[in-house]
Amino acid sequence: MCLAIPGKIVAIDHNAAAHLGTVEVAGVRRKVDLGLLEDDMPVAGDWVLIHVGFAMTKISEQDALEQMNLLQMLGEAEQAMQEVHGYGGDENAENSPGTSRVS
Amino acid sequence: MRYVDEFRDPELITKASEEIYRLADPERHYRIMEVCGGHTHAIYRFGLKDILPSNIELIHGPGCPVCVLPMGRIDDGLAVAKDPDVIFTAFGDMMRVPGTQGSPFEHKARGTDVRIVYSPADALQIARKNPEKHVMFFAIGFETTAPSTALTLMRAKAEGIENFTIFCNHVTIIPAIRAILDSPDMRLDAFIGPGHVSTVIGCRPYEWIARNEGKPVVTSGFEPLDLLQSLVMLLRQLRASEAKVENQYKRVVPWEGNRAALKAMAEVFQLRPYFEWRGLGFISQSALKIRDEYAQWDAEQRFPIPGTRVTDPKAAQCGEVLKGVLKPAQCKLFGKECTPEHPIGALMVSSEGSCAAYYNYEHRKAAAMVASISSVA
Repeated sequence: MCLAIPGKIVAIDHNAAAHLGTVEVAGVRRKVDLGLLEDDMPVAGDWVLIHVGFAMTKISEQDALEQMNLLQMLGEAEQAMQEVHGYGGDENAENSPGTSRVS
Repeated sequence: MRYVDEFRDPELITKASEEIYRLADPERHYRIMEVCGGHTHAIYRFGLKDILPSNIELIHGPGCPVCVLPMGRIDDGLAVAKDPDVIFTAFGDMMRVPGTQGSPFEHKARGTDVRIVYSPADALQIARKNPEKHVMFFAIGFETTAPSTALTLMRAKAEGIENFTIFCNHVTIIPAIRAILDSPDMRLDAFIGPGHVSTVIGCRPYEWIARNEGKPVVTSGFEPLDLLQSLVMLLRQLRASEAKVENQYKRVVPWEGNRAALKAMAEVFQLRPYFEWRGLGFISQSALKIRDEYAQWDAEQRFPIPGTRVTDPKAAQCGEVLKGVLKPAQCKLFGKECTPEHPIGALMVSSEGSCAAYYNYEHRKAAAMVASISSVA
């Protein structure tokens, strides 16, 4: 059962013997068990990964952003190289197979 | 939806796909296994194979806990449910899995009290609300799910709830990967490592795959960009003749795993000496059973379990598809005797089964293509 979904903690239930929290997923609110996060309890506003009614980990916004940055940068080195190949100023440089810049 | 939509950005998907084309050596045929059934489904659902070069072959691994469960265990669980005072609870995924006398849903139609739950905690709640009945939870899943079952048992014990048992079919992922690598008919170059199992066990348990077997492993998320980025990372390693474990799913997978989850599992479970897996045979130390301290909540100790051993129907090739030796469409029964409506094996019904993934996503595409060609002719 791999299915696990991100949800935002909107409330923590301090009364229950079990650690419970209310998460919001796509506008729907449900109680989830936070017992697996007892070493590093989330607070309201944190995002967690939920699987079969239990929060498995906190979602790191920092890591998510870093990942997006890495993905954004894919292909940039290639594009830079293609750009430079296109410069015709140096007669001794090898010809690149027609990468003419069209803006 | 946050933490979902960003990882489906079409522009970034194109970039990642282009990078994969750049990195893939046209002289090589890459065989990369995605272990997780959830990854298999994501690959088919998002049509990722369409944007990968044809020399990358994705091989579907055995990471589907419903699929690897032999039919006999279904029969055993349902044998307990025959008692009219027993409420049989399980995840929705289990409901259409065939036993020799029918699936749980078919038993429900014949009068057995069978109920779908989304969480073991829900099953415990049914027990609280029905003190005159006994609630048995048919627990399945890899290490992703076992900690939640463990915590539920700890709660049942703490509250002294007596009308509740677990029929434990939890299995562990590393022995399955070992069995795949030990298999003589399997040649693999790299692994897309499990995503959510890794939130519990971390990344260390895969280090032997890189160190001893020389295969790169990248633990991956489930969105299209996650899988594509994982393939980029794997191809970079393969190009550089490297083999190490990398974590693509950093936003959620901690390298050291979840200590509290592992602790809960150790408190409640111990390893069975061996367990039978569909397709992989008997594997030692590959499944969990409930410790004696929790014997009162162990269905196998509270009830007489027949211990049925059932072999799959002869014509069904579930085992080979599970191991990745055959693609779903290569099974002789695929799409004919075996469909989601009348499944022969669990791979066709589980939300993580590769036959179900193929049938629901690829099959229709092929059929639509055939239909469009014949309508023009």
